Amino acid sequence: MHDRCRRPEAGSLVITRLRRRMAEILLTLPSFFWLALFFLVPTGLVFILAFRPADPFGGIGRGWTLATIRALSDPQYLAIAWRTLWVSFTATAICMLLAIPTGYAVARAAPRRRNLLLMLVIVPFWTSFLIRVFAWKSILHPEGIIKKALVFSGLVDANASLLYHLGAVILVTVYTFLPFAILPIYAAAEKFDYRLIEAARDLGARPFAAFRKVFLPGVRQGLVTAVLVVFIPALGSYVIPDIVGGTGSELLGNKIAQRVFVDRNLPLAGGLSIVLILAVLAPLLAVLALQRKAGQAVPRDGEGTP
Amino acid sequence: MAEFLDFDRISKRFGPIQAVDDVSLGIRRGEFFALLGPSGCGKTTMLRVAAGFETPDAGRVFLDGRDITALPPNRRRVNTIFQSYALFPHLTVRGNIAFGLQIAKRPKAEIEREVEAMLRLIRLEDQADKKPDLLSGGQRQRVAVARALINKPDVLLLDEPLAALDLKLRQRMLIELDIIHDQVGITFLYVTHDQGEAMSLSDRIAVMNAGRIEQIGTPAEIYEAPRTSFVAAFIGDTNFLEGVVADHPEPEYSRLRIEGLPDVTVYNDKQIADGNQVFLSVRPEKIQISRDRPEPKSKRNAVPAVVEDVIYLGPTTKYWVRAGGHRLQVLRQHARFFLDEKPIRWKDDVWIFWHGDDGFMLEGFRRDDERLIAVPPQKVGDA
Repeated sequence: MHDRCRRPEAGSLVITRLRRRMAEILLTLPSFFWLALFFLVPTGLVFILAFRPADPFGGIGRGWTLATIRALSDPQYLAIAWRTLWVSFTATAICMLLAIPTGYAVARAAPRRRNLLLMLVIVPFWTSFLIRVFAWKSILHPEGIIKKALVFSGLVDANASLLYHLGAVILVTVYTFLPFAILPIYAAAEKFDYRLIEAARDLGARPFAAFRKVFLPGVRQGLVTAVLVVFIPALGSYVIPDIVGGTGSELLGNKIAQRVFVDRNLPLAGGLSIVLILAVLAPLLAVLALQRKAGQAVPRDGEGTP
Repeated sequence: MAEFLDFDRISKRFGPIQAVDDVSLGIRRGEFFALLGPSGCGKTTMLRVAAGFETPDAGRVFLDGRDITALPPNRRRVNTIFQSYALFPHLTVRGNIAFGLQIAKRPKAEIEREVEAMLRLIRLEDQADKKPDLLSGGQRQRVAVARALINKPDVLLLDEPLAALDLKLRQRMLIELDIIHDQVGITFLYVTHDQGEAMSLSDRIAVMNAGRIEQIGTPAEIYEAPRTSFVAAFIGDTNFLEGVVADHPEPEYSRLRIEGLPDVTVYNDKQIADGNQVFLSVRPEKIQISRDRPEPKSKRNAVPAVVEDVIYLGPTTKYWVRAGGHRLQVLRQHARFFLDEKPIRWKDDVWIFWHGDDGFMLEGFRRDDERLIAVPPQKVGDA
């Protein structure tokens, strides 16, 4: 009697678990298909493309070749890859220098003011990205007000150009990605327990030391997210150098576009894309490895790992 | 003035609320001093003024004779134990304790030595490399103590350090704090709303209410000789009686005329003249209760009463009685369990009596403070 009472319970527990597992699988299925169809398959195709010969009419030849890989060892690509990394790194660093104090200030502002400040951070998204980059072209134009003011104040030579060089590319990249850096830092700073700063000050830390030793480690998760959401898109940016950059500021993205649209050499474009994908994956994997290491030491509470 | 930690006429306002109102207070070197009061009485603001987190609107703070009012927190030889402990979650126990010395850029060997000594003091050597969120409440509290003490502050500020702990743990930490105070000999300024904590730990207590200090004294002074109705009602339980001084049968004692009661004799330490109105505070444990009329004695006040409520509390029983329109509480300790005698029950006629020395005349009385006494509701069918 006793046994018969217990068994169905144990059985129903297994069924409940199975059901929950099924529900999980069913719920993730659509997004998995979406990822597979629009991300994994195209990436695989691009990868395969790199090992195909180019055909002179812009198509893809038959058979397999390592010609593309050999072509990639051309020093011009190395220079462009290096430049891409350098521009992305500089833009990320400047973004962080601006976003950390901004995120802190917004999180510390009085609630009503905070909403206004957040609005101001988000407002640029209401205009198309392309239009905003074109707007920079007229802002920095030789006949534009900034150039005239700089020349008038004697800071800039009349013949110097504010456009068509790496400086302009970095400036507009910073402008474009700054909101993406501010938002995760703000989100982390808003949850930060500011009594910890009081505790650090109480123990003898000057304001900046308290900020560096307690606040920055406290918003670490937000900082990592901010770096990733600026650095990775910056690596692949193509529109910004195309519009405000010059001949000396081509990045990997431009080179890929050029191979596709101008030279019609799809295998080479594929090879360059792989270089780019690897450049994006490297920092991501580094961060994940670091987080796993940190995660073993401390179980994170609440904050999910991406 | 000229005490070790001196608050000189401190005022602080937050918007419409006057948190601290012209408060002066001197704390002696090595003393365990408690600021006691209900939440919102300004005690935490006083502590934050001492720590440097709040600048007073008026008044000055002196530490060892030096004006520290304008010094930032990091330049005061004062450390705080926060209510929530505010341990750094990204650092280990060791890292938390070492923080102050690392900021001060002390040599590595010295830091290591001091941290080890602190870990021994708080008996957490085996937890030294854990992060705070893996510790229990009591362990976190001890880390907070060690982190503050390692800087060898002149004054240790404690902001309700036991509030987050459960009762048993609180009692243990209470003893531990007392031992640590004896060992390190640092001045402690302890902020709490818990009279039990303040009573058992402190050398002296300042009772605060609504931004002002009501009374400063040793625990016994505060309990036995409360100056105001607030102190009498906030610390322990009490009964208030309002009367007029009728005459002085002896120079030391007054006879009070209280509506509905026979005349009451009370020790007159305040030399109040005949005809003046006074308020009397009588602690419930000072009043005795019996079924039989007590034999009359000089200075004994005996009043007939009816029992309205009996509350068994374990070591004691509380009786609420009505005597001449007054509701009074009487606490009776169980010296032995009185099965053999006929117990006092609801609606019994009894006598209550107390000695004239056990009633205490208050200097200040506010009707509001009567609300601090938890009077049970009237029973249905009672007069």
